Amino acid sequence: MSVPNEFMNSEMQPPFIKRLNALDWVFAILLVVGSVYAFQKYSHLMDAYEVGILFGTAISFIAIGWLWKPARSLMFYVAAISLFAVNLYGNDLAAAETNFFLRFLFSAQSATMWMSALFVMATVAYFVELFSGNEFTGKVATAMTWCATAMGFIGLLVRWRETYLHGADIGYIPVSNLYEVFILFSIITALIYLFYEKKYETRSMGGFVLLVISAAIAFLLWYHFEKNASEIKPLVPALQSYWMKIHVPANFVGYGAFALAAMIGVAYLIKDKALKNNPNGAVAKRLPSLDMMDDVMHKSIALGFAFFTIATVLGAMWAAEAWGGYWSWDPKETWALIVWLNYAAWLHMRLMKGLRGVPLAWWAIIGLFVTHTENFNLSSFRA
Amino acid sequence: MNKPAKKHSRLNIVLEFLGSMNLAITILVAIAIASVIGTVLKQNQPYNDYIIKFGTFWHEVFQVMGLYNVYSAIWFLALLIFLVISTGVCVYRNAPTKLRDMQQFRVNVKEKSLRLMHNSESWSTEKESAEVENNIRHFLKLKGFRTRIKDHDDHHVIAGMKGAWNRSGYIFTHVGIIVLCIGAYLDGGFGLTIKEWTGRIVPETRDIRADQVPATARLKPEDSMAFRGSISLQEGTASNIVFLNIRDGYLVQELPFTIELKDFRVEHYSSGMPKSFESDLIIHDDQLKEPLKQTISVNHPLIYRGYALYQASFGDGGSKLSLQAWPFHSKKIQKIEVKVPVKEKRTLNTLIGKYTLEVDDFKVFNIFPNSEKEKAETGKKFKNFGPSFTFKMRDASGAAKEYHNYMLPVTQDGRRFYLTGMRSTVAEPFRYLHMPADNEDSLDRFMGFHALLHDQVNMKRIAQNSVRTAMGIAKKNDNNLQSDVVSSMMNLLTLFNQGGYIAIDRDIKQKVPKDRQVNVADAYVKILQNLLQNAYLALLKQDGVDVSKGVRDEDSLFFEDAITALAGIGAYGSPVYFQLTEFKQRESSGIQITRHPGQGIFYLGCLMLIVGIFMMFYISYQRLWVIVKPEGEQLAITFAGSGNRNQRDFANSFEELVEKVKQFTTEK
Ligand code: HEM
Repeated sequence: MSVPNEFMNSEMQPPFIKRLNALDWVFAILLVVGSVYAFQKYSHLMDAYEVGILFGTAISFIAIGWLWKPARSLMFYVAAISLFAVNLYGNDLAAAETNFFLRFLFSAQSATMWMSALFVMATVAYFVELFSGNEFTGKVATAMTWCATAMGFIGLLVRWRETYLHGADIGYIPVSNLYEVFILFSIITALIYLFYEKKYETRSMGGFVLLVISAAIAFLLWYHFEKNASEIKPLVPALQSYWMKIHVPANFVGYGAFALAAMIGVAYLIKDKALKNNPNGAVAKRLPSLDMMDDVMHKSIALGFAFFTIATVLGAMWAAEAWGGYWSWDPKETWALIVWLNYAAWLHMRLMKGLRGVPLAWWAIIGLFVTHTENFNLSSFRA
Repeated sequence: MNKPAKKHSRLNIVLEFLGSMNLAITILVAIAIASVIGTVLKQNQPYNDYIIKFGTFWHEVFQVMGLYNVYSAIWFLALLIFLVISTGVCVYRNAPTKLRDMQQFRVNVKEKSLRLMHNSESWSTEKESAEVENNIRHFLKLKGFRTRIKDHDDHHVIAGMKGAWNRSGYIFTHVGIIVLCIGAYLDGGFGLTIKEWTGRIVPETRDIRADQVPATARLKPEDSMAFRGSISLQEGTASNIVFLNIRDGYLVQELPFTIELKDFRVEHYSSGMPKSFESDLIIHDDQLKEPLKQTISVNHPLIYRGYALYQASFGDGGSKLSLQAWPFHSKKIQKIEVKVPVKEKRTLNTLIGKYTLEVDDFKVFNIFPNSEKEKAETGKKFKNFGPSFTFKMRDASGAAKEYHNYMLPVTQDGRRFYLTGMRSTVAEPFRYLHMPADNEDSLDRFMGFHALLHDQVNMKRIAQNSVRTAMGIAKKNDNNLQSDVVSSMMNLLTLFNQGGYIAIDRDIKQKVPKDRQVNVADAYVKILQNLLQNAYLALLKQDGVDVSKGVRDEDSLFFEDAITALAGIGAYGSPVYFQLTEFKQRESSGIQITRHPGQGIFYLGCLMLIVGIFMMFYISYQRLWVIVKPEGEQLAITFAGSGNRNQRDFANSFEELVEKVKQFTTEK
């Protein structure tokens, strides 16, 4: 054979594990050490499922970090800062008022406020970049989105600790009320967006996606200031479930992805209109190609659909355990089914000729309203 | 065409319709819309509510369409069955293709069709065919493709394939849907519905004892595949039946074992919210060597022989209350003992006729948040008012008022009160009578005062004394005037006893001209106040309190509070006040019992669905073909590929592949 073996050798992809670098391993070891430490310290308080969730989470975090390197840094900073803040608290909730770092930066309240401010500023910056084409502004927007996401995670993690400072028997994982899940929604949507931003190397969809996050932030702030929703209150027994601990985050990957698809749908329609009316205008030029947006929309809805399916099944298992039946057509369950069927229909539409493009974009936007009717109209949590 | 073929094609048309994507989307959307109706329109409400809301015409229409219980409407069931059939046909028609996709390498492709493909490129090389082919296969293998080669006489076809599991994702997903629907169908309780249609089962609507329920409303353990029922067990009792609620009636479902509730516990947060509730159960079953003991709590059910026992609720299970009845409107202080368990009734003969006492509920704790001020004073966020019970007093005509009494006096502004709340309808909040407690924390003085005010003889003497003192010595002999004033005092007292200040006000409005009403009211209040004060002083003296140096502050506060409370008794509505003196708490635990034999199948379907979805979405299915064809001295190479997902991604990776392959097939 005349083909040099080196060529083939160079083409031979080493197995995934061998392609990991030192940082990857440090990251993984940190996570393992952390979860083993948590296990040793708290295993007497956990049941088998919770131990499963602990290590399952560690493993999935390692996987996410390995597959998507920026997540690795995010996790590192979030963990470090959260531990720092928790440490500052000690056993005294009042430290939130006296300690400088807690008061202005890292108490759950402050971190959430930073997240809110950063998301709103990032939205503006993305639009400025879109209209001016100024690359630097775009970079700032991306950086702000990353920081906002980190702050959101820090806020939730610190809040987790705060619930326990309110009383050992009150403590709960903060994905249990509407206030907390809106934070979760914002940061998950942002993370999915950041993933696509990198993958497609375009920032021109950022403003649209961040717009829906800003809307969520507006609601969050209203809820916080008008309804005092950020107050920590004990959970009713039905919510003290390990199913909830995975059900809710899975659900919000779904919501986040659907919201993202809807906003891409908006951008799609705008571009489509612009191409027809003024193909040489700035809007038509700056927005990504219809093809690409269609692709992102599909990927996003597929991701959302997959996680929403898991979440709905987990919800059924939770219901089976708390209410004695995995399906009882109660409004919450039924609305999840409606959302699910809606996106199943969307996915099938896409497989039919002639229905791609504008109709699907519209459908994705309507889907957002269908999805969130549930959050606003029906009480978000049963019991 | 001959006949069978025609028949065949007709079947084909039906299958094509049933398995078509159009139909699938239509059904998905239709089910979604039906479900929206089911959540927006409140289901299973009393018909009257709907008539008020929609008017009779639309009510009729909606009722006929089954919109009031969408999920058990025939058309909804038909939609679900249609979905299963459609998916089934779809799988039947597509699965063979998908399976073939997984196995066949399509080594018979024509060069022409490759050239027509979206991702396709051709070039030529001077290298030798065996070497080129070997290298290509080797290379594709490195890139994760399985390959086959076929020798057509004048050319060779290399076919590669990657991600074949993607294809089985389709099968997993859609078979999963069918499986989970079957599971859900088994658990849907349709057997029961059919039995009800055919009249073999008639739900019982009367409130009778379980053992008196006729056989048409009883189900043996083997009668029902799936059900969801509930039972409320008191501590120390056992049951081998559960009740299934069906619209406005119920069925009695027998169980093949007996459940005993040994103990029930509720834990509270400091805010008084329930934190957890759990029941210690004992299962008695002939199949067991010894009874099975297990504790259940919310989110932690017991699964036994396919029956799942859940902690659903809790309540009072007939706590035994000892009450002391203080009759109102009587001059005698009578203490009557009444013993009554919660949820039971007692008939009482009162001064104003027969009443029925119905005790509804009993609570050991009543926890309320403290105000900011109280927080600062006590350092506690919450306060506990202690035990209380609620009951109704029903008069002979059947009208009832509801009451809420606390057992212990409650501190307010530093004073202690016995609280009793009253309301006439459930929609109102309770309005509380604050009866002041005396120095011994008892009601004795208040009730003594109340009795004295109803003692005509004694009160008349007090009235005469006070009139005499007030008028002074001078008019001592004006007997007429004296007796006039005394009798109007007694009138006022009677009015006050009957209905407090409101009754007096009403009397004035009836009898006195408008322009003098205010003056008269002032005078009346003074006169009455005077009488009441004197009565109170008499009571204090009788109690052995020294009033020669004036009345102590606390005693005068007591007087004010007592007058306020006494003024309210007229509107209180019950001829008796019940003071809770002792209780023996007995809790009951609401246990839900379900049987879902289809649950395993349902979960299996869900698992298949999820696995299938991830396969379809995240395994990318790609095919590549290379045709190597000698053309004179050279080899013509045609390279083409297709991917079923993410055309953009595939186009990119195809380009890369082509570059590489070109490189090593042409370079020296
Ligand atoms: C609740 C019902 C259903 C669900 C949840 C469902 C789900 C899905 C999903 C998630 C996909 C992947 C779509 C994509 O690749 O973007 C898919 C593909 C597909 N579905 Fe369904 N489906 C359902 C019912 C049906 C029915 C009734 C049919 C019959 C026409 C059908 C036919 C197909 C076909 C032909 C594909 C394409 C498979 C391929 O990639 O080759 N589905 N389905």
